[in-house]
Amino acid sequence: MIEHLPALMIAVPLFGAFVAPLLKKKGSAPAVWAMMITGVTLGMALLLVRQVLIQGIMVYVFGADNPHLVLPSGYRVPIRIIFEVDAIGAFMALSAALMSFIGAMYSYSHVRNETGLEKYYALLLLLEVGILGMVLTGDLFNLFVFLEIAGIAGSALVGFRNYRGEASEAGIKYLIVSAVASLMVLFSIGLLYGEYGNLNIAYLSTQIGFNTVDIIALGILFTSFAMKCGSVPTHHWVPDAYTEVPSGINPTLLVATYASLYALFRVSFSLFGKVSSGMSSVGWIMCVLGVLTMFIGVTMALVQKDVKRLMSYHAISQTGYMLLGVGVGLAVLNDPAKLAAFGRDAMAGGIFHIINHIIYKSLLLMTAGALFYVTGTRNLNEMGGLARRMPYTTIAFIVGAAAISGIPPFNGFASKFLIYETSYQLSPIFAIFAMVTSVLTLASFVKVFASAFLGPPVKKYEEVKEVPRSMVVAMLILAALCLLFGLFPNVVLDKLVYPAADALLKLSNYQTWGGIL
Amino acid sequence: MSWLESLTLNSPSGFWNPIVWLAFLIVFAVIGYIIYSRGNRSYKPNTDQVKPYLSGNEVEDVEEIRVRAGDIYWGFIEALKGYYNVLMRMHTGDIRDYILWYLGLGAIILFILVGGV
Repeated sequence: MIEHLPALMIAVPLFGAFVAPLLKKKGSAPAVWAMMITGVTLGMALLLVRQVLIQGIMVYVFGADNPHLVLPSGYRVPIRIIFEVDAIGAFMALSAALMSFIGAMYSYSHVRNETGLEKYYALLLLLEVGILGMVLTGDLFNLFVFLEIAGIAGSALVGFRNYRGEASEAGIKYLIVSAVASLMVLFSIGLLYGEYGNLNIAYLSTQIGFNTVDIIALGILFTSFAMKCGSVPTHHWVPDAYTEVPSGINPTLLVATYASLYALFRVSFSLFGKVSSGMSSVGWIMCVLGVLTMFIGVTMALVQKDVKRLMSYHAISQTGYMLLGVGVGLAVLNDPAKLAAFGRDAMAGGIFHIINHIIYKSLLLMTAGALFYVTGTRNLNEMGGLARRMPYTTIAFIVGAAAISGIPPFNGFASKFLIYETSYQLSPIFAIFAMVTSVLTLASFVKVFASAFLGPPVKKYEEVKEVPRSMVVAMLILAALCLLFGLFPNVVLDKLVYPAADALLKLSNYQTWGGIL
Repeated sequence: MSWLESLTLNSPSGFWNPIVWLAFLIVFAVIGYIIYSRGNRSYKPNTDQVKPYLSGNEVEDVEEIRVRAGDIYWGFIEALKGYYNVLMRMHTGDIRDYILWYLGLGAIILFILVGGV
């Protein structure tokens, strides 16, 4: 059973997605079903991580017993769809499974009064399928297919509240952006296929010569994945999508965004990693985009009055930290001394920030969803004094705000600490921007806290009560994770993050399918 | 390696240990409590003593005089008006502009990579 885990990780939520519409007239059955399916997938993700950390890269071949079975003529190139799961893929799969489960749990109460819930949960599970496929596959075309699945499911969920004009607009924008990005990904895959006649990432990475066509393919892949992960200046779709999507989907949509970031890292380190000297300038581009993303994101957040829109701009800003951390590693990829001195730690900081950010940003967006749930508005100008009425949501918000601002002992601090120190080694200006961004982040969350939770009570909210239990539990689980990951960062770094960073750095392992070939 | 060392996160030029941080937090909490305990003991909550005083004038409804989100950091945003004008022009909300930004970024990246800048 264990050897089939990579395929089961896709098959189980896919089965769940097809069954969900059959539960249309069964009350809360689709919600319970989605929780069960995401729970089982989370269990399998934990097993997958354990297996990859113990035995190394897992290779799963569809339609054959093992990847050695190639063409009858004996021509030794991979011809089937192959899933290749290394530590970074397993890390992302665990993030996706965890957030889908938390999102399903939160949704149980949050969207209970909406119609079409069987479609909602089917789409949630399809989004999970798309993300898991993207992070587990070792095949470029397969990556495109799962990118499309995630994009279509995501845009349908963004426009789920179709009685709101803004939601429909955001959904269409997300769909167009996803379609443009993924079609350009397909175009660059076509360029590489035309040159090398194969779609397997590991095989292609042994063949890449970094000629002009390769560079054009790299440039298009880089730009497309940068747009999909919300990097400035192609970030404009993010605030619309994150603001309009129901808060229970926000965690999964966040991971979907970072699956594109993962694809960007996979392309940079695995597909083109052989030409590490040529990738140095790509690393610098990544760093500059990271700094721009974090600064423009946070300054735009500061002026927002819509609580979810403010937090969405912060999601953009935090993506900048990840780009900066991993970009530093990529910039020094061809310099073993610098890579050992700070490059690997920078990458660990960037990758650690992915899971930290997924946790605290999901928490913050859920608190915003809770505010909307009780007040019926997202406008901060209309809120006030809610801390007395919503104590658990307030605690969850304080934890999330402290974590995103990099205040110890919460999880955001640990990863930002690594990013500050290592980016300073590459260029002090990067570290200065990163720290100023953290200060501005804290400032804008002080604004939210002061206007929504503090101050005199607003008369029209005198009767509001804390949100239902399933929403509180989902928020408190994430708040606890913020504290745990902050208090014991070494455990997460040693068990999950450094293996993930090393998986990107040790290209030879990936090229030989973990020693199988 | 001791358990304390196992909790220490080492970076290229520094370290972070949550236990040390918690120890500092406890010390500062004790200092805070000492200052608090020396406060004015005549303070009585839930009496007229805690009501706002406005030179003898009747105080307006507190809901009307609260600071709203739009007022917070007004000065900061006013000071950076030029910067924000540029940012606002970037964020048109028009999907055609999103695609133009994508093409622009792609062109710059390709220029850098192909041109070998």
